[in-house]
Amino acid sequence: MIDVKNLSKSFGDHLVLDNISEHIHPGEKVVIIGPSGSGKSTFLRCLNLLEIPTKGSITFDGVDITDPKVNIDGIRRQMGMVFQHFNLFPNMTIRKNITLAPVWTGLMKQAEADEAAESLLRRVGLEDKAEAYPAQLSGGQKQRIAIVRAMAMKPKLMLFDEPTSALDPEMVGEVLDVMRELADEGMTMVVVTHEMGFAREVGTRVLFMADGIVMEQNTPSELFGNPKCERLRGFLAKVL
Amino acid sequence: MSSYELWKELMRSGDSSVTALQRAYVYFYQAFIENNRWQQYLNGVLTTLWVTAAALVLGIILGVIVAVIRTAHDQQRPGQRNPLLGICNFILKIYVTVIRGTPMMVQLMIMGFVIFASSRSFALVGALTLGINSGAYVSEIIRGGLMAVDGGQMEAGRSLGLNYADTMRFIIVPQAVKAILPALGNEFIVLLKDTSLISVIGGKELLYAARGVVSRTYEAMYPFLGTALIYLVLVMIFTWLLGIFERRLRQSDRR
Repeated sequence: MIDVKNLSKSFGDHLVLDNISEHIHPGEKVVIIGPSGSGKSTFLRCLNLLEIPTKGSITFDGVDITDPKVNIDGIRRQMGMVFQHFNLFPNMTIRKNITLAPVWTGLMKQAEADEAAESLLRRVGLEDKAEAYPAQLSGGQKQRIAIVRAMAMKPKLMLFDEPTSALDPEMVGEVLDVMRELADEGMTMVVVTHEMGFAREVGTRVLFMADGIVMEQNTPSELFGNPKCERLRGFLAKVL
Repeated sequence: MSSYELWKELMRSGDSSVTALQRAYVYFYQAFIENNRWQQYLNGVLTTLWVTAAALVLGIILGVIVAVIRTAHDQQRPGQRNPLLGICNFILKIYVTVIRGTPMMVQLMIMGFVIFASSRSFALVGALTLGINSGAYVSEIIRGGLMAVDGGQMEAGRSLGLNYADTMRFIIVPQAVKAILPALGNEFIVLLKDTSLISVIGGKELLYAARGVVSRTYEAMYPFLGTALIYLVLVMIFTWLLGIFERRLRQSDRR
């Protein structure tokens, strides 16, 4: 589904991603873990070109999206993204947050989008918040709305950039539940997270990133149960 | 003979029996009522208002265009710079620098006596100059507002597949407008008061009317105090309207 070849990214002189090649298959739930500054968020953000790679190519469904001639808006419509800080639009109601993109990109009519928003909200148990503004919601509610907003575009895959890192501990569960449900439905997911329990339970493959490279990758049970490289052992000893 | 004429006659002959109140009445009458002078003030106020409105509209249009182009230029990805945008940005930077770097009065004189020296529509030239002047300031206010919106908002909009223009229009600009409204209101109040400057190129606004009355009656106090009061009332009405607008925009902040 996504084919990453020799991806490098540097900010000025600072090399953040160092020649990464990776492939993400349809239906996979890839979880990326690693210490902060290891480049995992940058890697994720490169996948939908929120960061422009310095070198290398990224192919999505056979289209090289790093080609400047490619219509990147069309590509992004097929990839949902959820941010650490939710990034809901504070000037709009929840309903408008969800329906804005489907309507203005021509995916749905307003009535159709309203209906879709309603059923999505019902799925995450927030149907009574349709007319509320983001400022009236808790962090966990905001993040569930953010997931729903991305889902409204009917994406082929979802990118999660530390979706629970900005939440109060008691709200982490409700967001992970929604993500778990999404995974069960067969959505292709790439998740950057510090939630090791989630990685172990939901991930089909876990990548450990450090110093801008993928140092080790394996199935969750192998990676957590039988870590091979020293860095990963040290990292797991600290976080588990 | 009306009491005004009687008292005026007494004052002229140096009669010391005229009370202070009577004097005040004479000056007031002379400044605003005699020969229907209030009509001159009224015409002046009307000119002031339409010049303000015209300059405001021009200033906002110019300000938005300049701010959006300059922000778009600044937000380009390194390595993907559009040369046309670069040229536009350079020209607009000169515009902002020149307008902000020279006095309003000098700009008016150059427009009135050099560029449009042959034009008789003084107020129109004045409105044009004020609009161009205001545009430079408004553009910087709007640019500040656009830059103050959290970068995550643009990323969220783009990640949903909205293009740059739609993201700006639906997400960034509405949030920026709310943030800059107080600064913008301040700029508009300055603009309203700056219309008094166009009297130097012959624009027949409020101050021009007052000066006309002063040169007729040789009495300065009441015409100028009256002018000040009228400006004050206009600004207060304006501030009140702005407050209503701000409250409506704050709707989404309620918790």
